Order: sequence, then C-alpha cells, then structure tokens
Amino acid sequence: MTPALRRGMFLVGIAGFLAFYLWGLTRLPGFGRYPGPYGFVVNRIAVGQTNATGVVSAVNFEYRGFDTVGEEFILFAAATGVATVLRRLRDEQEGGRSRAAFGESPSGTTDAIRLASLVFVGPVALFGWFLASHAQTSPSGGFQGGVVLATAFVLIYLAGQFLAFRRVSPADLIDSVGAVGAAGFAAIGLTAVVLGFAYLYNFLPLGTVPGAVSSSGTIALISFFVGIEVAAAFILIVGELVEQTLLVRAEGGDK
Amino acid sequence: MSYLPFFVVAWILGVGLYGIVTSRHLVHQIICLIVVQSSTYVLILGVGYVTGAVAPYFYDIPVHTPAVDPVVQALALTDVVVEAAVTALLLAFAIQAHKRFGTLDPHELVQLKG
Amino acid sequence: MTPQVADALAAGQPMAVVTPYTVQPALMDALQVVLLILVAAGATVVALTRVPVRQTVALSAYGLLLAVLFLAFQAPDVTLSELVVGAVALPILLLLALTRVRRREK
Repeated sequence: MTPALRRGMFLVGIAGFLAFYLWGLTRLPGFGRYPGPYGFVVNRIAVGQTNATGVVSAVNFEYRGFDTVGEEFILFAAATGVATVLRRLRDEQEGGRSRAAFGESPSGTTDAIRLASLVFVGPVALFGWFLASHAQTSPSGGFQGGVVLATAFVLIYLAGQFLAFRRVSPADLIDSVGAVGAAGFAAIGLTAVVLGFAYLYNFLPLGTVPGAVSSSGTIALISFFVGIEVAAAFILIVGELVEQTLLVRAEGGDK
Repeated sequence: MSYLPFFVVAWILGVGLYGIVTSRHLVHQIICLIVVQSSTYVLILGVGYVTGAVAPYFYDIPVHTPAVDPVVQALALTDVVVEAAVTALLLAFAIQAHKRFGTLDPHELVQLKG
Repeated sequence: MTPQVADALAAGQPMAVVTPYTVQPALMDALQVVLLILVAAGATVVALTRVPVRQTVALSAYGLLLAVLFLAFQAPDVTLSELVVGAVALPILLLLALTRVRRREK
C-alpha cells in the first residue's frame, strides 16, 4: 500500500466520518444556548451546601468526587507504568555503573539560563502550593497546583544541577509521596464510610465563611492530597526521562 | 456563530487524524494524538457555555449571577492533566521501541518481529 | 435564578446582567470567533510540521492559544491546567524523549 493510496483512503473515510459527526453536533442546541438544568442547579446550591465559592472544585471533589478518584488513579497508574518501563530499560543498559560518573552541568547551559532558573524555583514552588491549597476559593485546585509544583523541581534540573535535582527528589521519597497522595484520597472516602456516611461524604466541619481557606470540609483536604500526588507523579516521570538522557551522554554521545 | 465551535472541533479532529495516518515518526504521531485530544476539550467547553454568563466562581459576585456550566469544566480540567501522564507513558513505550528496533518509523516497525 | 433570567436563558437571548467583569456580548463573540479560527490554524500547523523538535515548539504555542480560548469560554480553571500542561510540562517531556532517541538516529 503506497502512501498516496493510504492518504486517499483516509481522506474518503474521514469525509464520511466528519459528515456524520457534524450532523450529530449541529442537532445540539447551539453554542451558548445551554439548556440542561444540572449546571444551573449546581451553580445555585453549591455555595450554600459546601461553603466553597469555587464551584468547579466543589464539583470535582464533592459532587463528582468518585470520578476524580478514578482519574487520579489513571494518573498514578500512568506514572507507575513510565517508571516500570524506563527503570527496566535503564537496568538493562547501566549494569551497575556508578551514577557519580555523570557530571554536574550538561555542556551548553549558559549562566543566564542557570541564574533565571534558580531565581524562579522558590516563587514557582510557592505558587504551586498556593494553587493546591486554595481549591475552594478561586480558580485553582490540586491538579494545577501539583503540576506547577513539579515544574519548580524541574527548574532545578534546567539550571544544570542534576545532582541537586536527584538529591532533592530521590526516587524512593517521590514514590512514597505519590503513594501517600493517592492513598490519602481513597482513605478520606473510606473514613466517611467508617463514620457511617456514604463514600466521600463531606464529614469535616464546613466552616462559617464561604470561600475561606479553612472552609468547605473535605474539599480542601482532598485538593491537598491530589496536589502532592500529581506533583510526585510528574517529578517521577521527568526524573526517569532525565536519567534516560544521561545514559545517552554517558555512552560517549554529544549533549 | 452558534455552530462555529463545532466546525472547528471537527476540523481539529480531522487534521490530527490526518497527521497520525501520514506520519513517519512515532513522536510526531504522539503529538498529533495530543492535538486530537484537545479537540474534545473545545467540544465539551463549547457545549457548556451560556451566552452572556460569567465564570462559576462566586467569590466576589452575588451567588445568583448566571454562570456557565461548572460540570464540564471539572471534567475538562482533570482530563488535561491526566492525558499528559498518559502521553508520558506513550513516550516511554516509544523509547523502548527505539531501543529494541533502532528506528521510530511506524512503517518499518510493522515489519520487524521481536 | 429569577424567573425572568430563566425565561431569557431558555429563549436564547443574550443576558443583560452586569457584573464587574461583564463585556458587551458582541465583543465577547468577536473574541471567541477570532480565537477559534486561530486555534484551527494552530492545530493545522502542529499536525503538518514533520520534524518533531519543531513540532514541540509549535505545540507549546498551540497550548498557549488554547489556554486563551478557554479563558474566552469563561473557564479559568481549565486555562490554568492547559497552560501548565500544554505549554510547559508536555514540551519538557517531549524534548527529553527526543534527546534520548536522537543519538542512534544519526
């Protein structure tokens, strides 16, 4: 099958598929004419019921909390899969070579990059922590905060300090932190069951002021656990990929 | 205007699939898969939009202001982060394929055996 | 939600509610149309760039465009997610993987 024939067959197929797709989409009520009652109902009662002014996070961690448990475990499984595949690849290739043989800074990192990266590590980590802890007040939440927190660690690597990156995020510690995050979320739900409510019921005190950091019960706590789990997953993934690139350098290749 | 987002969604889907089908590099295919996934984010956010409404955050606006649908936003935001981790898993498989077979061309990978 | 607002929403009319963040509906529509066309163009560029390293840079810019589009759709949470993931985390992962496979491609 030549590439031209493959392309022609694809174009015919995609034209038919998109015709059906658009036929279905144009029978929706149209952009901006949202008809369904569920969104309006949630907007009206969420602040009163949960004392959380960030309704999206309230939906994520309370009204649809069970979906979020599933999504978080997809993330956890993907990070574990990356670690499994790449660590086995590394063990096949390294064969006991000492990691101290790898130098500190990769060649070609200029001082400007190093300075800029090191300057931003602190503020980015603080910003990630702010995002992960303010899920119930403003547009933020565990997922975004976790990724920003992981970016702060990656900046250390970008500044050329690979050994510092490894020392600050050793593989065992990151594995356990990720596991604590994932298990913590499930454990909060189970605690609700133990106390006699349904799974993931909001059993902590809801606070008095809607939108304060200490209000909304389990939403803030779940957001914290999700934040550390997402951060650990991304640090794990980036760490494994970085070790793979160092294998390339140690084989005598270029940077 | 009321159907333009859906046409854009269909276009992005078609372009991404075209990139996957006519690709000669595994990482290029993975990036085109990211493009296809982004079309679904635009679709569900477009479905939940209310004309003239604001974002559903009632920190400093009165509670009964008309706001857009928060449920689809919750779905989209977890979706974005989780798909990044799944993309990392696909990249790990691509690295392993490169190590085993020495090539990242999908046309050649089909003919090699383990 | 008051009955008048509910009726107006059901009839599909633009709202006249004024908050500190309200923009004229026509302006918001124009912004959304422009961003949608830019996103469609950006997706085309990303899919048709063949060299993976260049495609990664294009993907970063496409992620930024998508984030602004989500902001115009009144979804700041999704904007934050897409910004940190699509413009920062995904290019990092892709560039690291490309460095790993570049050695034997030569």
